[in-house]
Order: sequence, then C-alpha cells, then structure tokens
Amino acid sequence: MKFTLSWLKDHLDTDASLEAILDGLTVIGLEVEGVEDRAAPLAPFRIARVVTAEQHPDADRLRVLTVDAGAGAVVQVVCGAPNARAGLVGVFAAPGTHIPGTGVDLAIGTIRGVESRGMMLSEREMGLSDAHEGIVDLPDDAPVGTPYVEWAKLDDPVIEIGVTPNRADCLGVRGVARDLAAAGLGALKPLYDDKVPAAHDGNLPPAVDLETADPAYCPAFALRLIEGVKNGPSPEWMKRRLTAIGLRPINRLVDVTNYLTYDLNRPLHVFDADKVSGALTVRQAAEGETFEALDGRTYTLDPSMVVIADANGVESLAGVMGGEASGSSEATTRVLVESALWDPINIARTGRTLGINSDARHRFERGVDPAFAEPGLEIATRLILELCGGTPGPTVTVGQVPDATRVIAFPPTEIKRLSGLDVTEDAAAETLAALGFTVDRSATPWQVTTPSWRADVEGKADLVEEVVRIVGIDDVAPTPLPRLAPVAPKVLTTLQSRVATARRALAARGMVEAVTWSFVSKPDAEAFGGGGAALALANPIAEALSDMRPSLLPGLVRAVTRNVNRGHADLALFEVGQVFAGDEPEDQTTSAAGVRQGRNRPAGVGRHWSHAGAAADVFDAKADILAALAAIGGPADRVEVTRDAPSHYHPGRSGTLRLGPKVLGHFGELHPALLAEMDAPERLVGFELTLEAVPEPRRKATKKPALSASDLMPVRRDFAFIVTEATDARALVKAAKGSRKDLITDVTVFDVYRGQGVPEGHKSVAIEVTLQPVDRTLTDEDIETVSQALVDAVAKATGATLRG
Amino acid sequence: MDVAPTPLPDDLAALEADINAAVDAAGDEAALEAVRVAALGKKGSVSEKMKTLGRMSPDERKTMGPALNGLKARIGDAIAARRETLAAEALTRRLAAETVDVTLEPQLGGTVDGRIHPISQVMDELVAIFADLGFTIAEGPDIETDDLNFTKLNFPEGHPARDMHDTFFLPERADGTRRLLRTHTSPVQIRTMLRQKPPIRIIAPGRTYRCDSDQTHTPMFHQVEGLVIDEQAHVGHLKWVLTEFCKAFFEVEDAAMRFRPSFFPFTEPSYEVDIRCRRSADGIELGTGDDWLEILGSGMVHPNVLRNCGLDPDVYQGFAWGMGIDRIAMLKYGMPDLRAFFEADVRWLGHYGFGPLDRPSLAGGLSR
Repeated sequence: MKFTLSWLKDHLDTDASLEAILDGLTVIGLEVEGVEDRAAPLAPFRIARVVTAEQHPDADRLRVLTVDAGAGAVVQVVCGAPNARAGLVGVFAAPGTHIPGTGVDLAIGTIRGVESRGMMLSEREMGLSDAHEGIVDLPDDAPVGTPYVEWAKLDDPVIEIGVTPNRADCLGVRGVARDLAAAGLGALKPLYDDKVPAAHDGNLPPAVDLETADPAYCPAFALRLIEGVKNGPSPEWMKRRLTAIGLRPINRLVDVTNYLTYDLNRPLHVFDADKVSGALTVRQAAEGETFEALDGRTYTLDPSMVVIADANGVESLAGVMGGEASGSSEATTRVLVESALWDPINIARTGRTLGINSDARHRFERGVDPAFAEPGLEIATRLILELCGGTPGPTVTVGQVPDATRVIAFPPTEIKRLSGLDVTEDAAAETLAALGFTVDRSATPWQVTTPSWRADVEGKADLVEEVVRIVGIDDVAPTPLPRLAPVAPKVLTTLQSRVATARRALAARGMVEAVTWSFVSKPDAEAFGGGGAALALANPIAEALSDMRPSLLPGLVRAVTRNVNRGHADLALFEVGQVFAGDEPEDQTTSAAGVRQGRNRPAGVGRHWSHAGAAADVFDAKADILAALAAIGGPADRVEVTRDAPSHYHPGRSGTLRLGPKVLGHFGELHPALLAEMDAPERLVGFELTLEAVPEPRRKATKKPALSASDLMPVRRDFAFIVTEATDARALVKAAKGSRKDLITDVTVFDVYRGQGVPEGHKSVAIEVTLQPVDRTLTDEDIETVSQALVDAVAKATGATLRG
Repeated sequence: MDVAPTPLPDDLAALEADINAAVDAAGDEAALEAVRVAALGKKGSVSEKMKTLGRMSPDERKTMGPALNGLKARIGDAIAARRETLAAEALTRRLAAETVDVTLEPQLGGTVDGRIHPISQVMDELVAIFADLGFTIAEGPDIETDDLNFTKLNFPEGHPARDMHDTFFLPERADGTRRLLRTHTSPVQIRTMLRQKPPIRIIAPGRTYRCDSDQTHTPMFHQVEGLVIDEQAHVGHLKWVLTEFCKAFFEVEDAAMRFRPSFFPFTEPSYEVDIRCRRSADGIELGTGDDWLEILGSGMVHPNVLRNCGLDPDVYQGFAWGMGIDRIAMLKYGMPDLRAFFEADVRWLGHYGFGPLDRPSLAGGLSR
C-alpha cells in the first residue's frame, strides 16, 4: 500500500515529522517497507529561462545558450537539444551537481572550444521518465530561480507500508490516518460524505436484478447515473498522486475510481451508460461464457464467478475487473457509477482461477467496509461533479447492506492477562474509542462494539491486540518464564536422540552430511521402490522434484554424481532424514543412509603411501551400517545378515540386516545397470538403515551387571575349514561358537582363501577360536576334546571339512 | 683385611690375556657366549684350572686358590661388560634401521574428514538452548492434512492467507480430500495440544515446503516452532524467551529486539520480531548497530486455535513462534545463498560444515 505524505495529511492533521510518522507506522503494525523521497536527488535543480540561443560556431547540432537561473548574472551553456530556444523555461543544473539520470557529476567543460557552465535537463536526465527528445519545456509562467521539485510538487515523499491480510481498512489512506491518530500522531480530520442530492428524479439508472444463487455473493449494489459529464485528463494534483503510487492516470472518470480505491478503500466501477443496454443483472456466469476485460484480455468464465451483465452480455467481472465494452472513454457523457459489496471468498476464488490481481480484488477479498458502500458513492459523485461537471440522478441501492458491527464482552483485565501490559482502564477505553470502537464501560464486563470496517476484530484477544498495538508493545516488560521442574525432563525422544547420534557417528566415519530434497524425479522414485500415485505431487515445481522420496539413496547418488562431475573422485556422503511409503503419518520413517565412491574409506580418503588405495567396497558399507546401528544403541552383535536386498542393489554384493522378522536396513554395491541409467559413477556402495525399525531398549539399565573377568589365561587355537562358495561364513562362525558355549568366548574369521589346495567352487575359511577356562587351566586333553566337538559341529552345520 | 693380589704364574697370565683378547674380539652375543663357555663352561679353560686346586697341597692351594678365583671373577666381569657393550651397539643399529620419515602425512580419518551439515548443527544448538529453558522437542509428519496445516490453525477456507502459503498438494484421495506438504511447522502445535494437556513447552524443528523457488526461496526449507501453553504465559514471557534465545544462539551480550504488531491467523496478538543489527559491506553484525533485521514471527495462541484443540481459552493461554532454521544459520554463520544448503557440494559442506565431535552444548559454548 502506497501513499504520499501530503495525501496522508488530507486525512491527518499533524505536526509530526516524516521520521516520527514512519516510526509510528511500524510500531503500530503498519510496517514501513520503503520511503521514496523523489525530491532529494532533484533538490539542486532550479527553474531557468533561456535568454539567448545562438548556433555553436563549430558544431551544427549544438547551440550556445545564455541561461537565467535566477542567480543574477546569466550563464553560458552548450546544449544539444533540438528544442533549445530563446524564451524556453526549463530546468538548470549548475556545475558540481549530480545528474541522477546519467550518474555523472557535472563539471565546467569546454565543448568544441566553447565553455559550458551547466546543463539544461531532460526528463530522463532527472530520472523522471524515459523522455529524452529534448530538454524539459515548462509553462512560461514557471517561476525562474525556484527549485524545480517545489514547483513540480515532487517534494512529497512516497511511503509504502506492508498491510497484513487482517487490516483491510488500511488499504485506504484514511484507515492509515485513523491508526496514526489513535497512536497520538495527530488528529483524524472529518470526512465530508454528505449526500449529493439528485438534480432531478428523471435520470434513474437502469434497473438492477440480483440473481445469484447465493445472496451472499452480492449483498448490496448501489448505482447512480450522472449525465452531461465532460471526461478528459485529470487535474495535475490527481495525476501526481496516482503516478506517485505507481498508477497510470487514464481519464477523470477512471482516475476517480482508482483514487477513491486508495484514498478510502472503496473500489468503484464506472460504466459508460450509453454502452449499457437494458437492465443490469448480477448473476453467475454461464459455463464457458467469455468476457473481454479492461486489461485487454479475454477470460473464459464458469458458474462459480459472479458477473454484471446487460442485454449485450457480461459487462463486468464483479469486484475484480470491469469490461472493455462498457468502459468509459474521453467521449463518455453519461456515466453509471457502481458501488457494491461482494463475497470475499468468491472474489478470491475468481481472481485466483483467472489469475487477475487487481486493486479491487485485493480489497474485496480482504473485506471492505460494508457501511461505506453508499457514502463512498456519494463522495465519488461529488468528485466526478467537481472534475467533470454533470447532473446526478438519484442513488438506487438493491439488496441490503449488512450490519458488520459486533458486540464483544470485554473484561479489561484481559489486557494484563494476555499481554502482561499494565495500562489504565481509561487509557484502554480511549485507545479503543480512537480506533472507532464504541466502549460501554457501564456494563460488566465492558461491551465493546466494533466499527463496521474492522471485521477482523472477533473477540477479546483482538481487542487486547488493538490496545497493546497502540499503547506500545515496548511497554511490556520481558518476564522470565517460571521453570516447570528443577531439572529439565527428557528433552529428546529415543528417535530424536538416534537421529542426532547417527549423524555424528557417520560423520565420525569420515562421511559428509548432505541435506537433499524430500522429493525426487518419478524415475528415481520408481527405481528405489517408490513412485506410486499417492506420493506424486499434484503441483511439482520441477520434473526432477515430482515424487516424495522412498529412499535417501537416489538423492545421494545424484549428489555424488554432481560432485564427481566437478572433479571430486573420492566421496562419502550421508543423510539422515525422512522417507515416505505412503501419505499417512505412520508411513513416514526416518532413514540413515550413506554412499561411498572411489577411495573414500573410514581410514582416510584418496591414494596414500600407507596402503594400496583400494576403492570403498561392500564391506565398508556394511561397516558403516553396523557402526551406525551400534552407535544408536541397536543390537549390532545380534543382528542377522542375509544375502538379499532390494533390486536397486547388486544382487551378489548386498545384504539385509534383520532382527527376527524385522528388516532394519540394507547395504551393498548399488546395481550397475541402475547407476548407468542415472549417469552415476560405475561403482557406488551404500546403505540405508530405518531408525524406527531398531527396537527401543526395554528399560534403562542404570546399573550394569558385575564384571566377570577370569584370572585364568585364555587359550587361542586356529582352524581352517574348506566349504563350498555358497556357504555363509556367518553360519560357520555360529556353529563354531555354539559347539561349546561354556568355553568358547570368541570366534573370528582371519582368512578366506581360494586357490592352490582348495577345490574349485570351494573356499578355505580360517578362524581363530578363543577359549576362556572357567575354574581350572585347560589340559591338552581338554583342548583336544573341545576342538573335536567344534570340528564336528561345523561339519554338521555347513558340510565343512578341516583343511589338512 | 687387605690382601695384596697374588701375582699369577706366567701360564695363567697368558691364559687370561688370551681369554680377554677373545672377549674383545667377540662381535655378537653368540660369539661372546662361545668365549664364555670356552673359559668358564664346565670344560672351559679356567674351569679346568679350577679343578686342579683339589690336587694341590694346602700351601699351594693357599696361593693358587685366590689367584684362580680372582681370574675367574675378572673374566666374568669382562664378559658381562662386553655383553652390555654389544647390547648397546645392537640397539643403536636397530634404532638406525627403524628410522622413518615422520614428515610424511598420516591419514587422520573419520573425525577429521567427516562433516555435519549446518542445518543439523543449528538444530542441535536449538535443542541445547531450549532444553536448558525447560522445553522438550516435538515432531510431526511432513505430509499433513489440510485440517492440521490450515483449518485448525484458524485459516478460514478461501482466506487470502492460505494463498500466501504456495502449498504443494498430493493427489486427491478416494474420500475427496487431499493431503499436502506442510507449509510450516505449526501443525505440530496442534498435534501437541491434541495429545498433551498443559503445561506445554515444546519446540518443533523440521522440514517445510512451499512451491516457490528463487534466490531466497527454496521449495523445501526448515523451520522451528515454539509453543508454550499454561495458565499464565503472556507476551512478557514471550519477549523474555525470545530474547534469551537470541542472546544464547547468536552468542551476543545484548540482543535488543523489536516486536512489531503483525498478523498470523493462528496468533492474536501477533508480532514480527526484529533483532538489532549493523549492515555493512562485510555483511550483517547482530546485537549492535542501529538497524533492524526481521528474524521470526510470534504471538499469543489464537483463542480459536485453543478451542480447536479442546482447550478453554478462558483458562489456558500461551504463545507460539516460528522461524527459519536455514535463515538463522545463514545469519549466524554467514552463508550467502540459501540454495547451496541443498546442493550437497562437498566444497560447500567442507567449508561451512562442522566436525562430528563439535556437538553443541551450553556448557561448552555453543559454537566453540
């Protein structure tokens, strides 16, 4: 919402400085978004008369002027403008001034041997417009020596405020003035809205029929005919104000409607009465009905939209935009002025559907003052008569202007209760009264009647806001929030703790955390187990961001690929975030996933003198997922690993982590065909762990069981078994461990060998077994017995034979 | 009683000289051991001489005994000394052989290479601060219902405030409703009030979505919501909580704040909150200067919202606020461009990211 300072002062009698007004606006909730002081850059330029104009001796297109800028002596100026002539009154820039349109600091110069001590300016050079055909040519009576901005009345700052959707009343300058007056920044001037009597009763407007299915679409419609008007360009003062706020002056009749829209928040429409045929009907549009609007575009309407139609068809899109056919022109002599009320929601929907953002829509959808529809029409009539002459007919209103006031029971103690502000009852009542509320303090609680223009004020809390807003939020003292408990309760849920811990654990393994979009492309969603219709956005912002992600991996693979394409070969990225299996809250789970590319392994990144520099492999991914699982308190030692995984993994180099029937996650090399499809690097390993699938600890173990540490030396023995390739190492280890649970405390695989001495299709798996004696040292015989039991158990479970 | 050393017979002197020469010549432990065995072993040259003592007359023994014992002791000492010398030489050789070039760079691995994204770091900072103020952390799903994202938050159907949210929608469901991606974290307020009786003190950090994309807007961003509901909480408490938060988060002594009346459908009164700042060519410095920077929106929870959650607004009251996590991260840590947060460029992450062990705590100073 824009207005100028002088415009504001039409409504506000104030001595306050511009600064005080700007501060006041922001403090009361009308945030100042900008102040444009058009005068400041033009302040040095004065009105000057060209006394003589001679041809430049050495340049055909230049003239040598002598200029009287009111400073006594004339100055010599070399000028190239075609319209430079003796007697012309224009705008003079003295040496040393800054020319806003060109950004140049003017100096005394010599042009083709002739000294030039200043410049006559074009509009473009002053930054006022793009006009540069010649220098500014002012009326002869413009006072020489006067600052140009003063004469042109440009010394009127343009103020732009942000108006929140609840404050429709401040979409008019008068509403802003009322708020400032209430805040002590002046007095609200009275508004002259007396009725303009009809010249005679003969010139009635056409009949208006309200035919909408829902009467709320148009509660009231006021119309007036004015005959004998003379249209034409608006006077300078009106053009100046409209231009200042960014509107294009068109003609007096149209400008009056625009002016009153901003001045009093009363959108109006004018029809050329001679172009209206028969009665007017306010009705819903027919399906497919078309309408050529004042913006020159043709819109196709539907029955949800309300129109004003005559015998020729749709003449206006109600409350949004008038029609081209019945618009006013310079030739208009009989004008119909409309002031109506429309349903905010219907207007909003129509504007949104058709993509029309007009000043009228903006105001009607936020809600105008219904009680002002008729006074607004009187004011419009008076202004039209003033500018265009003519004879007004009577105002005809159909429908019923609704009573928009509301009575709120308001105990003044609410102010302190909700805001903490200490304010006297007198001050609170005065503040409300200044804003237009009627306060009945004789009742308990107070009965406060809202003004018709404040539909946003619905209850006690709104009245508290009004008082605090005007009295000053700065008077509310910060008050420490009392503690609920001496020691804070458990702040994070188990899941939230796990998220934070998983991040730190994965980063501590050298991975870099990424935050990627929650949406991926449909092909990516499909490739990673998603892509269903329920999770495809109805209005995606881009094709690559169309579906809610089923997995974190596609985003990470894309991210790795972008980095590789930038020349970063060895990468490890992870993300901990939400993935979606459906649109219900329980379908959203939290995944911790990571991807490694190239020589990026937990020990370090890149080629290094200390090792062979192998690329990250499936076991790095397995280590990552198990480390993350262990870090969040999961049963990393009990988890089962099976040789299966979703189809986005390499079938021979991937696995699934299970706990009983529950799947905790997957790891492995990603499927090479999929990577090729995604233009990703050839080999990537990754993992994904579902944090919710990891069981919560049954209860908090604040006390640990006593440590049992034997004084007897443990004994270690090595065994090598030959098994088929298909045999799981894990099964072998499990069988070995289970063969003597009382003595065997650990079994680790320390070598896997294929080649000489091992039959084709087989492998040799070497294990180290740790035996912990319980009550006495083990004899050779004891160890022999245990070894035999172990070999038998492994053979039985896996078909293994001891390697000779 | 001092006894003058018995002079050795010539043959013994020659033997001693031979053995000493052999000891000196022994180049390693094994050679020295051979010399020892040859001299002092069971059949060693000295041992053989010792055996002759038994056949001697007492007088002869009186002189030869001490002579031979002295000889044996001296040779033993010489061998021990030689052994020490050899060990020292061997150690010196080993140390020389084991020398490496310690100027070579090792690999530091995980805790040095890994990075935490600034958004996660800032979320951890928020948790540390609000945990200290007695808040717990609440969460809600990204895919929300219209009811929880708008209606229960007092956004009337068709109200322009809904339009301003640029909402992403999911397809229409069988029942004619459609889910949406939450446009703010405020639905978590509703979920919390529906689930939990006051007193309530929560913050709710999370992802939010609006279909908007330009220099300063991304279709996905992060917000944190705060909610306090009890029977007393008023605007004064709101001012205190937000001031304390800003001081702690931005790590400044003074966080002068300006509360500007504003409008949000779900709060009444509503305030936008600015923090004092100084703008210069180097960027924005917070907590000082004479300019203001908007950082969050806040207000008293609207009576309709309380009612929608089954709370009587004449009994319960409280306040809520919401702010952009990405935005306060940019302000605190100086990233110039929001879009880079989601591009996963390892150069950016390496530069703006945090070490895995830099876990924020108030005890340790939030950001070291």
